[in-house]
Amino acid sequence: MVPEESVVDLAVVGAGPAGLSGAITAADAGCQVAVLDLGARPGGQYWRHGDQSRIAGIHHHWETFRALRSRFDAHREAGRIEYLPEHAVWQVQRERPRGVVVRATAGERDPVPRTVRARTALIATGAHDRHVPFPGWTLPGVMAVGGAQALLKASQVVPGRRIVVAGTGPFLLSVADGLLRAGTRVVAVVEAAGARAYAREPRAVAAVPAKLAEAVGYAVSLARHRVPYLTGSAVVRVDGPDRVRSVTVEAVDRAWNVRPGRGRRLECDALAVGYGFVAQLELLLELGCATRLDRGGSLVVEVDSHQRTSVEGIYAAGEPTGVGGADLAVAEGALAGDAIAASLGRVGGLDGGAAGRARRDRRRLRSFARVLANAHPVPDGWRSWIEPDTQICRCEEVTVAEVNRAVALGARDARAVKLLARTGMGWCQGRICGTAVASLTAALHGREVEADELRDLCRRPLAQPVELGLLAGLGPGGRVTGGPPTAPASPGNMSHRTASDRGTIDSTTRSLAP
Amino acid sequence: MSPTFQITVDDRPVECRAGETIAAALIRAGIDDWRTTRRGGTRRGLFCGIGVCFDCLVTVNGQPPVRACLATVRAGDRIEVGGGA
Repeated sequence: MVPEESVVDLAVVGAGPAGLSGAITAADAGCQVAVLDLGARPGGQYWRHGDQSRIAGIHHHWETFRALRSRFDAHREAGRIEYLPEHAVWQVQRERPRGVVVRATAGERDPVPRTVRARTALIATGAHDRHVPFPGWTLPGVMAVGGAQALLKASQVVPGRRIVVAGTGPFLLSVADGLLRAGTRVVAVVEAAGARAYAREPRAVAAVPAKLAEAVGYAVSLARHRVPYLTGSAVVRVDGPDRVRSVTVEAVDRAWNVRPGRGRRLECDALAVGYGFVAQLELLLELGCATRLDRGGSLVVEVDSHQRTSVEGIYAAGEPTGVGGADLAVAEGALAGDAIAASLGRVGGLDGGAAGRARRDRRRLRSFARVLANAHPVPDGWRSWIEPDTQICRCEEVTVAEVNRAVALGARDARAVKLLARTGMGWCQGRICGTAVASLTAALHGREVEADELRDLCRRPLAQPVELGLLAGLGPGGRVTGGPPTAPASPGNMSHRTASDRGTIDSTTRSLAP
Repeated sequence: MSPTFQITVDDRPVECRAGETIAAALIRAGIDDWRTTRRGGTRRGLFCGIGVCFDCLVTVNGQPPVRACLATVRAGDRIEVGGGA
């Protein structure tokens, strides 16, 4: 147990593939490490699991996890790693002279504050599903494809008896395969990208035979269960009225505009949907780390070959540096852990061979991630699926018509839309609707989404809801509303933003209105 | 296999497994919506499933709402789901 106010060498946020790998590598070199994670067990989303026996075959590369887990546990027993599960990190700040302070609340139920001070931090916060709005997507029975996967992996619970899996990307196949293994019926997998999405880059695909084999395995699984794989198609509507009863599938062109006359209705009781992933960047953005637009238009943090961000002492690995999957996250985490140890004057993280392998893996898997991003873009043709009364912001129940009106009133970007229409002002702080609102706003103005706009949408001074009393108790040293001392002034006054944008810090809003 | 115990969902007993989330217990029991939105008065349940969207907020033992996808069940919990579910 690391005493509250002691300073560890490294604080890792996230215990998924990247965070585990980074923590272990740094601990191998003798670093003292604290690992804070929202989950109840190590593994992140990819290796999420419960207490019960697992469904055979749904956890990929489980041997890799077991190996990481046993090293992680050995370090814990030796006192080199302190593992802090169920910790929601709401702020990471640079602290003079050379250090980092990580603030978290422990426990979703009866949360208590916890602060960890460290010399360096590795941010490995992963990603969540990306969404586009469509009529009926707020009805019970519709869930994120990653959410369906999480239920399955942790609890062996399936969200329905007849499930449609829809969106874009190979993750849909993985989830459909898991649902089939759990014994539920998958009505169809509906993929918006065309059937020839990978045809342009056969060599890059061939360079990762394991991924190819995985895809073939899914194809076999779907075929064996006679699950149709509908490419160039999208679920454009969920038919209610009260919950999912069926979905309407339409053929879409490359821009995802509906090609009329080919619609069909699929009877189902659940829809698992997701259009790729959005990296969780809020901690990095508040630290002032430089970001850029990645392929596919998503915002990612800039890192150098040592996984260093632009802010001293802050490293990032896994999805925040560019969505690329678990193998890439493990490689990046190891390289980050090694670099962190070296920066603290410790050697023995990765030996030369392992470092070379990790760098080669990183290069190869990043190029494969580019192939995936190119094969599964998210164009804005989903605008042909929505209706004026379709909700775009689930939290504040803001409709497409209200966003249109805000733009008509002069809102030029997603931030202005947010102020006028309240998109992104609810509990999730725009995590779910942010990319869609930015995309819709940009389209209404006839332009592309800009990096600054996404940066602004992803800025959340408090990355998790925090009770007011906890903030009040921080005292003069615990600045909450200011950025890091070296960061440039943020657009707008942040303390004002904290107060106006986020009802979530007000403890009175932690009660549900009837 | 984990030990099982009962919780109460509105006035109905629901069997659940130690260590599982409230969302998992509710969905296994066939309940997939457990709150009503403020503005539209529509029903919501699990959406992102990983602690990001807050759609799955649920009232347990009359306390401030928690994310059902993260909070684990405790023996004797009284969960209010309301609505016609």
